[in-house]
Amino acid sequence: MLKEYKTVSSVAGPLMMVQNVDGAKYGHIVDIELGDGSIRHGQILQVEGDNVLVQVFEGTQGVDLDETKIRLLGKPSELSVSPDILGRVFSGVGIPIDNGPAIIPDAKMDVNGNPINPYSRDFPNEFIQTGISTIDGLNPLVRGQKLPIFSGAGLPHDEIAAQLARQATVLGEGEEFAVVFAAMGITFEAAQFFIDDLTKTGAIERSVMFINLANDPAIERIATPRFALTAAEYLAFERGMQVLVILNDMTNYCEALREISAARKEVPGRRGYPGYLYTDLATLYERAGRIKGNRGSITMVPVLTMPEDDKTHPVPDLTGYITEGQIILSRSLDRKSIAPPVDVLPSLSRLKDKGIGEGKTREDHADLYNQLYAAYAKGKESQELATILGEGALSEEDAKYMKFADEFELRYISQGFTENRTIEQTLDLGWELLSVFDDTELKRIDVDLIAKYMPKFRKNNGTSD
Amino acid sequence: MSELGQGKIVKVAGPVVVAQGMSGAKMYDVVRVGEANLIGEIVELNNDMASIQVYEGTVGVGPGEPVINTGAPLSVELGPGLISSIYDGIQRPLDKLYALEGSFIQRGNALPGLDRDKKWPFKATVENGAKVTAGDIIGEVQESSLLLHKIMVPLGVEGTIEGIKDGEYTVDTPIATIKADDGSVSEIKMMQKCPVRSQRASKQRLAPDKAMVTGQRVIDTFFPIGVGGTACVPGPFGTGKTVVQHQLAKWIDADVVVYIGCGERGNEMTDVLTEFPELKDPKSGKPLMERVVLIANTSDMPVAAREASVYTGITIAEYFRDMGYRVALMADSTSRWAEAMREISTRLEEMPAEEGYPAYLGARIASFYERAGRVACLGAPDREGALSIIGAVSPPGGDLSDSVVQATLHVVKVFWSLQSRLAQQRHFPAIDWLTSYSFYKQYLQECFEDKVMAAEMDGMIKEAMSLLEKEADLLEIVRLVGAEAISKADQISLAVAKSIREDYLHQNAFHEVDTYTSLEKQYTMLKVILHLYKKGLEAVEAGIEPADIFKIDAMEAIARAKYIPEAEMSKIADIANQIDSQIAKL
Repeated sequence: MLKEYKTVSSVAGPLMMVQNVDGAKYGHIVDIELGDGSIRHGQILQVEGDNVLVQVFEGTQGVDLDETKIRLLGKPSELSVSPDILGRVFSGVGIPIDNGPAIIPDAKMDVNGNPINPYSRDFPNEFIQTGISTIDGLNPLVRGQKLPIFSGAGLPHDEIAAQLARQATVLGEGEEFAVVFAAMGITFEAAQFFIDDLTKTGAIERSVMFINLANDPAIERIATPRFALTAAEYLAFERGMQVLVILNDMTNYCEALREISAARKEVPGRRGYPGYLYTDLATLYERAGRIKGNRGSITMVPVLTMPEDDKTHPVPDLTGYITEGQIILSRSLDRKSIAPPVDVLPSLSRLKDKGIGEGKTREDHADLYNQLYAAYAKGKESQELATILGEGALSEEDAKYMKFADEFELRYISQGFTENRTIEQTLDLGWELLSVFDDTELKRIDVDLIAKYMPKFRKNNGTSD
Repeated sequence: MSELGQGKIVKVAGPVVVAQGMSGAKMYDVVRVGEANLIGEIVELNNDMASIQVYEGTVGVGPGEPVINTGAPLSVELGPGLISSIYDGIQRPLDKLYALEGSFIQRGNALPGLDRDKKWPFKATVENGAKVTAGDIIGEVQESSLLLHKIMVPLGVEGTIEGIKDGEYTVDTPIATIKADDGSVSEIKMMQKCPVRSQRASKQRLAPDKAMVTGQRVIDTFFPIGVGGTACVPGPFGTGKTVVQHQLAKWIDADVVVYIGCGERGNEMTDVLTEFPELKDPKSGKPLMERVVLIANTSDMPVAAREASVYTGITIAEYFRDMGYRVALMADSTSRWAEAMREISTRLEEMPAEEGYPAYLGARIASFYERAGRVACLGAPDREGALSIIGAVSPPGGDLSDSVVQATLHVVKVFWSLQSRLAQQRHFPAIDWLTSYSFYKQYLQECFEDKVMAAEMDGMIKEAMSLLEKEADLLEIVRLVGAEAISKADQISLAVAKSIREDYLHQNAFHEVDTYTSLEKQYTMLKVILHLYKKGLEAVEAGIEPADIFKIDAMEAIARAKYIPEAEMSKIADIANQIDSQIAKL
C-alpha cells in the first residue's frame, strides 16, 4: 500500500508544495486525489528535506489544502509499450482516449529517456523522398534528421506536415514506416485534419497519436512530446521501424515550460522563457537519430509558429541551433497562392550533402541545388531592384534573373499539397528552369555535368521558342 | 576517507544537489552522489552544507541518500591513449561506455580516461642517474603514426632518476623512480593526473610569431590566426559555424587538435567520428584522426558535464603543448558552455547579472581564452609549445550584443563574423570581409618560404581589401542611381571585387580540391584576379567597353581556378597570359 500524504501546504499556479513527505525522489511522479475522489497526476520538481514541490499536469483548479491526498508512485513517468500502440490515440500523458482496449505492455519505458551515446550514433545519410521539390531538391531530408518547420499563424504548416507524413518514402527499399504524431495545444480542427488525412490514406494503421488540444491542461504539454518520443524510440530501436515524429506545435510546449518557470519564480531569460530552454529542447530534439547496428531510425519534424514571423524569437532561435536545418514558410509566397509556400533562401538542410549524390539521388544534385539557390537569390535581388527602380530600368542580366525567379516560384516551389514528385522529376525541372542561362553563367555546376545534362533541356527550349 | 566524512542529501533541484555533514570538504572536490553513485563536484560550501553540481541526471535521487567525498579535485588522466579517443565532458571514454552499457548512456559508471590494459612501447631518452626536474622529457612512446608522445616528469617532482628502461608498459606501471635530494622516492608512470580548472605551468609565455595556415582562403589571406592565438566565430544558426570549425580541425597546421563538442548536436559529433578517420593529413598522408582528441558532450547529455567539458579539453590540450607541440583547440560552442554556467548558477540561487548569466561569466570566459598562448615549456630539453583556441559562439537571434559574444570579443584577437545574409546567398564560408578582424595579419608573411612572394602577397592583400571596401560604397550608389551612372573604371572595380568574392573568398568545404588551398595557390589565384583588374583598367583607358571585357573566356577560367589541383598550379598562373591575349584582341 502506497503511503498517502494530506499535507499540502500551498498551491500556486500549476505548483503544489507538500510537507512532511518521506522518501520523495527528484523527477518521480505522484498521484493526487482530490476531495471528490478524482485523480490528477504530478511530477516532483524539487525536494528539500521533507518538503516536496510538485507540478500538477492537469492544473490546480479545485485543489484544496485540507482534503487533497498525495501518493508517491516511486518511479518516473512511464509509457506502456507494445506493437499494439500502432493505430491508437492517446492523451497528452499517454492514456488511451480512443475507447480501445488497454495496452497490454511488452515493457514499460521511462519517458525521460537517456541520452544517446554520441559514439553509438550512426550518421544519417539515407535520402528520404518527400515528393516536395523544395525539400527533396534543395533541402533534402535524411533518415535520422530533425528538420523543423518554422511557420506563422495562418500559414499552412498542418498541410505540409500531413503531406510529409503521407508521401515520405525511402528509395528502393521495403522498410516499415510509422508516424508518431504529438499534438500540443493545437485546435481540435487542426488535430482532426491530421487524423482524417491519415485515415483517408490508410496511414493511420501505422500511426500513434498523442493528443493534447488547446483546451486540455497546459502543463500536460510538457509531458506530451516525451511520451511521443518514447513511443518512437520503442518502434524504431526495439522494432526496427523507420519512424517519422511530428511535434506540433513546439511554441505551445515552450509556453507551458515558461509557465512552470514563472510559477517557480526562476530568473527568466529572453522574453520570460527559462534559461534552460535550450537544454530542455535539446533533450527532446536529440532523441532523433540512428544507432549503430540498428535498422530503425527516428526522423523528426517539429512544427512551430513564430510569433510575428520573427525568426529571432527564442523558440525558433533555440530550435534552429539544435536541429539540422529548418524549413521556413513565407507569408508573401502564401499570398501569391504558391503552395507549399517554402521560403527557399533562409531554409536549409544541414545534412543534405550526406544524403544525395550518385547512388543516393543523382550525381548532379549538389551542383544543381547550389546553382538554383544562387540564381534564385540573384533573381530575388533583381525583383527588389525592380520595385525600387521600375522594371524598365533593369539591366538585361537583371531582367533575365528576375524572370527566372518568377518562373522558379511558379513551377518549382509551387506544386500544391497533393502532387508527389519523384526526385528525378524535381532534378529535371531544375535543369529545365536553368536552361535560360548560358553555360558560362552556371558557375556552380561542374562543366562535365552541364555537358551531360543540359543539352536535353536546351533542345526543348529551342523548339518551343 | 573517513575524516572527509560522508554527507547526506537534503535537497535535489535538477542538476544541483545540496548535502549536509560535508565538513572537511574543499571547493571543487569530486563527490559521488546518492545510491546511484553519480559523479558530482562541490561548487559551494556553507558550514557543513555543500552544493554539488552533478554530472549525470538526478531523476530518482532524494534526501537522505549518501554523498561520498573523494577528496580530489576534478582531474583528467594524461598519458598515451589520448589520441583518437572520444570522451564525454568528464573524460569518460564514450566507446568504452558504449561497450559497457549499449547505445544509451546510463548513470553511475565511472570509467578511467586511459586504457589500463593496453601496453605501449616505451623508449627512455635519459640515462639512469640523470638529474631531472618537473617537465623534463624522460622517454617517448610512438602513440600514433602522427604523434610521438613524450613522457614528462610530473609537476612537483625532481631528483635523480633510477630504474628507467625501455619496454612495453601499461600506463600505470612504474617505469622509473625519482629519488629526491631529501631521500624521498617517487614512482613515475606514463600516466599523470592533472586538475582541470587551473592552467598547467610553463616556463615563460611568448608572443605569437607566425600565422597558422588553415587552407581556408578568407581566413589565411585576410584574417589569419596566430600560433598561440585566440579566435572566435560568432554567428546565427545556419551560417556555418560548425563547418568552419570542422574545416579548421581538418586542415589547420597543428600537430594535435582537440575538438570539444560542447552542448551541440549528436549527429555532428558522429560526422566528425565517421569523417576524420577517412581524411588524410595534407602533409603526411596519414589519417587525420591520429592527431585528434574528441570531447563530445552533446546537448542532451547532462548540463553540468558540459560546464566541465571545456576544462577537460583545454587541460588535455595544454599537456600536448607541454611536449613542445602546436596544439589547436576548437570549442563548439562556448555559448552552450555559458548556458550551462547560467543553469548551475540559477540552481544555486546566485544573483544574476545580464540575461540571467552569472556575474563571473566574463571572468570565466577571459581566463579560459587566456590559457592559450605560445610558451617555453618547463623542463629539458628546451622546447616551445603553442596552444591556439578557436571558439564558436551562438548568439541568440544572431545578436552580437549578447553577453557571451561581448565577453568573448574582449579577449580574443581574431573575429570571424558570420552573416546570415551571406549564408543565404550560399556564400560559404559566410565570413563577412568588412566586419571581421585579425590582430595577427603581420605574421602571415612569416609563413612564406619565399620572402619576395611574402612581400608581394602583403601588397595584394591590401589591394584586394580596398577593392572590397570600394565595392560596398559603389553598390550603394548603384542601388540609388543604377549601374549606368558609375564610371567605366568603377565598373571594372565592381566586376573584380565580385570575382574576389565569388571566385576567391567563396570556398566549397565539400569539394575535394577546393576544401584546402595552400598559401602558394592562394597567392597565385589572387595574383591572377588582380592582374585582371590592372589589365581591365588599362583597357577601359584605351576605350574598350567594360561589357566586352567581362565576356572574355578568361573570366570563366578565373571562376574555375579554385578547382584546379595544387599539382597543376601552373595552369592558374597561365590564366594571366590568357587575360593579356584576350584583352589584346578586343
